Amino acid sequence: MQQAVALTGSSVARRSRPGDPIFAGIARASGVFVLLLMGSLILSLFIGGLQAFRRFGASFLVSTTWDPVHEVFGAAVSVYGTVTTSVLALILAVPIAFGIAFFLTELAPAWMRRPVGVAVELLAAVPSIIYGMWGFFVIVPIMSQYVEPTLIDTFDGIPVLEDMFAGPPFGTGLFTAALVLTVMVVPFIAATMRDVFETVPPVFKESAYGVGCTTWEVMRSIVIPYTRVSVVGGIMLGLGRALGETMAVTFVIGNSDHITANLFGSGNTIASIVALEFPESPAGSLKLSSLLALGFILFVISFIVLAISRTLLRPRLKV
Amino acid sequence: MKFVVTAVAFGLVAFTVAAHTNQAQAQQITGAGSSFAAPIYSKWGEASSAATGIQLNYQAVGSGAGINQINNRTVDFGASDMPVPADKLTEHKLMQFPTVIGGVDIIVNIPGIKPNEVKLTGPILADIYLGNITKWNDKAIEAINPGVKLPSTAIAPVHRADGSGTTFVFTDYLGTQSPEWKSKVGASTSVSWPVGTGAKGSDGVAGTVRQIPGGIGYDEAAYAEQNHLTTVMMRNFAGKFVAPTMAAFESSAASADWSKVQNFAIDLNDQPGAGSWPIESATFVLLPTDPKDEKQSAAVKKFFDWGFTHGSDIAKSLLYIPLPSSVHDAIRAAWKTVPGTM
Repeated sequence: MQQAVALTGSSVARRSRPGDPIFAGIARASGVFVLLLMGSLILSLFIGGLQAFRRFGASFLVSTTWDPVHEVFGAAVSVYGTVTTSVLALILAVPIAFGIAFFLTELAPAWMRRPVGVAVELLAAVPSIIYGMWGFFVIVPIMSQYVEPTLIDTFDGIPVLEDMFAGPPFGTGLFTAALVLTVMVVPFIAATMRDVFETVPPVFKESAYGVGCTTWEVMRSIVIPYTRVSVVGGIMLGLGRALGETMAVTFVIGNSDHITANLFGSGNTIASIVALEFPESPAGSLKLSSLLALGFILFVISFIVLAISRTLLRPRLKV
Repeated sequence: MKFVVTAVAFGLVAFTVAAHTNQAQAQQITGAGSSFAAPIYSKWGEASSAATGIQLNYQAVGSGAGINQINNRTVDFGASDMPVPADKLTEHKLMQFPTVIGGVDIIVNIPGIKPNEVKLTGPILADIYLGNITKWNDKAIEAINPGVKLPSTAIAPVHRADGSGTTFVFTDYLGTQSPEWKSKVGASTSVSWPVGTGAKGSDGVAGTVRQIPGGIGYDEAAYAEQNHLTTVMMRNFAGKFVAPTMAAFESSAASADWSKVQNFAIDLNDQPGAGSWPIESATFVLLPTDPKDEKQSAAVKKFFDWGFTHGSDIAKSLLYIPLPSSVHDAIRAAWKTVPGTM
């Protein structure tokens, strides 16, 4: 305080108004708050799941049993369902999202950019329960009556594919869940990609066009390398949504406790089983503890995904 | 203008005073649990408040959550579709009694089949849900359905994906019919289903069955009736095939021997009686025997006493079956273990 008084009138005084330290303090507190929040979340999930981890040990991760009657629980089915649907959704979503972003930034006539861009942002804002109902009442009947029977017949007799696309055509299942997830994550990824593609300095692109590059070559050699980190960030954002999506998936995944190579087969995800079983789990029961342990595992999966994407990016960043 | 303001002010004062007097008279009771019983409790709550001065605040959070809440004493009563075992009742100092009975229907979607045209038995139903019977024209099904043209469509069993009292009733019934089901799967609000697909809620099961040709599922009778689902006839304990009707549900409730069970924890599945529907269950209420406030437990008793005395028609209109009056009397006698005079 004395210092502040002493400095009054000098040129430095403008920098030490009382607002500055307050703002710095708040900003620092917010940063620490995020760390504390994440730490306490992980810790409380872990403590909640401790009973299950103690009881089943490492076999909790690989056991495919989920039997509430005999109180034997394992995470493998839901982990498999979570990872399969999310990865499948990303495989389908990334090319579509890239196409949308590429079209909007490079090819679309000016009058189309705004409406399509707004539509993409609007899709990202639709609540997930809407996607769930739409999936259940629109996609599931189409899948069970047209898509699945056709694919099952087409791949019948071809090794591997025959097992991946097998009947009966319930309409629900891993594949349908992945389709609904695709629709849900495309807007996220597309919006991010479009925004970062627009950050590329025009002078770079113009130089490339100047030396005779085609639009695709400019995209591949200038825009993508320049925006790689943010693009991967956008994809991770989509993956994050896919991993944790609950209601939409619950509606269409079929909710059974089996692992199957059949993409039309039923399964469940960590988020869906937690949502469905939570209300019927008494406090202090092994089942509740197993559900919390599943939550912890989902946290770990998200963390691993993030870590992998960071390490993938690091060596190239130095160039 | 001035007049209007004065009138509004007077109105407000009058309203506030009225609201206050109302609050002084009305006693709030809180309950949580079974979503299966929620429609009848809220209807009883509306209908009884004028006569009893009790206002019910009931939250349909699911049976398991309801038991949690009454164990922690955060509500005045808990509600569960699955009877709580005697040792748990003693441990948490609870008294248990049934309120109404509900049936569970079997619904199907077989191309060309009308409601109650197909007959099934308990063992066949268990085999379908175990994955032992997979086609609608299986010999076992054809044998008891002479004259019915059954297609070769694959059977698609649908079950509740969320924990549910209906699932407990259904799996408990299958256990009485099939030793294999009893040992392999068992009975609970959620089980490890050997085959089939899960759907969320009664509406999810009905919707999924409707969408899949060859689908079969189970739903509360009230829900199946209101939505005109295609039900089947079931063979009962007496060996007769019956359709899921109010008369069949009542016959089953009346045939049960209530005198032998402790804590009213009766199993109403597969009861004797030529006209009895085989799959049904009571829904239960849990009251603390060491209430924090005796006035509250007295009000809960008063509320259900009103329901037992005056609520039978409301129950029937919602397709619940009222308990036999002998059971009502037995419950009133058992209430003496809970402090608080009505």
